[in-house]
Amino acid sequence: MSIPATHAASPSAPPLLDVRGVSLSFKGVKAISDLSFSVARGEICALIGPNGAGKSSLLNVLNGVYVADAGEVVFQGEHFRQIEPIDAARRGIARTFQNNALFRKMSTLDNVLTGLARHTRSGLLSQALRLPGARREEARLREKAEAILDFLDLQAYRDFTVGSLAYGIQKRIELARALVSSPTLLLLDEPLAGMNAREKAEMSAFVRDINRDLGITVVLIEHDVGIVLSLSDHVVVLDYGRKIGDGAPDAVKSDAAVISAYLGAVH
Amino acid sequence: MSQTLSNPPLVSRGVAPVTRLAPVALPGPRLGLGLPALLLLAFGVVPQLGGEYWLGAILVPFLILSLAGLGLNLLTGYAGQTSLGSGGFMAVGAFATFGFVVHGGLPLPLAIFLAGLVTAGAGLVFGLPSDRIKGFYLMVSSLAAQFFFEWLFQKFPWFYNYGSSGTITLPRLELFGFDIGSAQGRYYVTLSTVVLLTWIAVSLTRSQIGRNWMAVRDMDTAAAVIGIPVYRSKVVAFAVSSFYLGIAGALWAFLYLGSASVQSFGISRSFQVLFIIIIGGMGSIAGNFIGAAFISLLPLAIDHIAQGFFAGHVDAGLLQNIQKAIFGLLIIGFLIKEPDGLARLLRTLGERLSNWPLRF
Repeated sequence: MSIPATHAASPSAPPLLDVRGVSLSFKGVKAISDLSFSVARGEICALIGPNGAGKSSLLNVLNGVYVADAGEVVFQGEHFRQIEPIDAARRGIARTFQNNALFRKMSTLDNVLTGLARHTRSGLLSQALRLPGARREEARLREKAEAILDFLDLQAYRDFTVGSLAYGIQKRIELARALVSSPTLLLLDEPLAGMNAREKAEMSAFVRDINRDLGITVVLIEHDVGIVLSLSDHVVVLDYGRKIGDGAPDAVKSDAAVISAYLGAVH
Repeated sequence: MSQTLSNPPLVSRGVAPVTRLAPVALPGPRLGLGLPALLLLAFGVVPQLGGEYWLGAILVPFLILSLAGLGLNLLTGYAGQTSLGSGGFMAVGAFATFGFVVHGGLPLPLAIFLAGLVTAGAGLVFGLPSDRIKGFYLMVSSLAAQFFFEWLFQKFPWFYNYGSSGTITLPRLELFGFDIGSAQGRYYVTLSTVVLLTWIAVSLTRSQIGRNWMAVRDMDTAAAVIGIPVYRSKVVAFAVSSFYLGIAGALWAFLYLGSASVQSFGISRSFQVLFIIIIGGMGSIAGNFIGAAFISLLPLAIDHIAQGFFAGHVDAGLLQNIQKAIFGLLIIGFLIKEPDGLARLLRTLGERLSNWPLRF
């Protein structure tokens, strides 16, 4: 099956991210088989599919937590067979996790500041002795973190330990931590899971702002089909680790294979 | 899209139960006048009031143990790497200082500083396994450091300058030509060192390095994904922690004990330093001082009580065992009830008192 994709960027521009024939298995169980798709610069791409379809595994391949058995990932024109998580972060791939992976005992502000680790230049001695260079850098980092707290409306929580905050707030803090490093590509693993309707609306508005105002390309996994269809420019459907749909939301929605495999029978 | 697009099952998506306790605010830098007052007290008042015994036999070891606790706390409380090698690293500091003074003829302050760097190097080496080994297993591997250094400084007489008893001692304590052998002199030198190193530790914990440590402690996979050099952070934590422990060991040997041997830095010293941070509070700077005060004052208090109430009925050996039992119970109690230690208990109490008439 093939549905023409209507990407946000012009069709001639090379894709920001190109997944080519990626396979991944755990002890013989295929999690992803021969998966290929591409994400254009500036779009919101949604990965959907039933539980166990390989969506989270794919994100883990993209930022180096898992190493693919076969295939390659092309990011900004560079080809990778495998990539270390820290390299992925340095190249501008940021992500959030399905179950929040925040630093529980640290404050909201400190959590966001950790997202700037790869932008820190000053050394041990200059940080230990608070030399002027380190102070200037720290002031600059804090300014950046505060701006993100403002952007995501998190100022009210800045000095609280994140472990003690509500789940929905934690999800937003994790987003802030990913965002503060000015990524090129943002991978969101179920950013709306476990939220009520109002929180979902807020969160999807933030995702849209991030995409539109900050120009960040977003790949997200989400189960709420209504939100996926309204939020994304491009939908990739997975089932048992294979791609069964790829294209604009409206086209995917009406595709027979997708509906039968994933969305349920039409009544 | 009004079609029946039945949502896929959302059930049992790992939504962790969230503790709906009141949010916990972290204390900001809120020292105000407290710190200058404390420093004035420590530098100005205490040396005038405290006699030879209090300064030399209680305050000096208290300060040095606080420093050792600080060293271990940076590693365990902040960076989340367990270690039982504190005693071994303190021994490295003491024996290296001795070597630099006796074999190298260096002045004491420089010798202690260089000994700190040597210990940092040793800590770095023993921190290398932390790439692969975590938690309890790392603690066991740190025992290797403890036993290796105990063996090293006993086996090769060069380290204690071929003396017959295996002890190290410095002929005269001198700082820039001044004699610092008196209790007051030793107190001032120890206090200044501890204040300076505490300030540096506070700076570190509030810097990106400190935040990286805490991130590694709280969740190391996430730390790697957001771009924190996890392994480097761990190894740096081992080096910095050992630097502190090395200096604490040098001070312990020469400013408190006067003459030391490998036995001064045995495994029980490692446990003592670990107890300080458990009782005082992991991941708290003030906790080291509180824990060290507790651990140095409790035996005195028990002695006093025993002498006051059961004079003559309790023999010294039994008293020592009672002490150990009390420490053991306290450790268990703290680990279960308040893993954040006395520092946290005191803060909570302070917060409650400040709201006192309304809600205790």
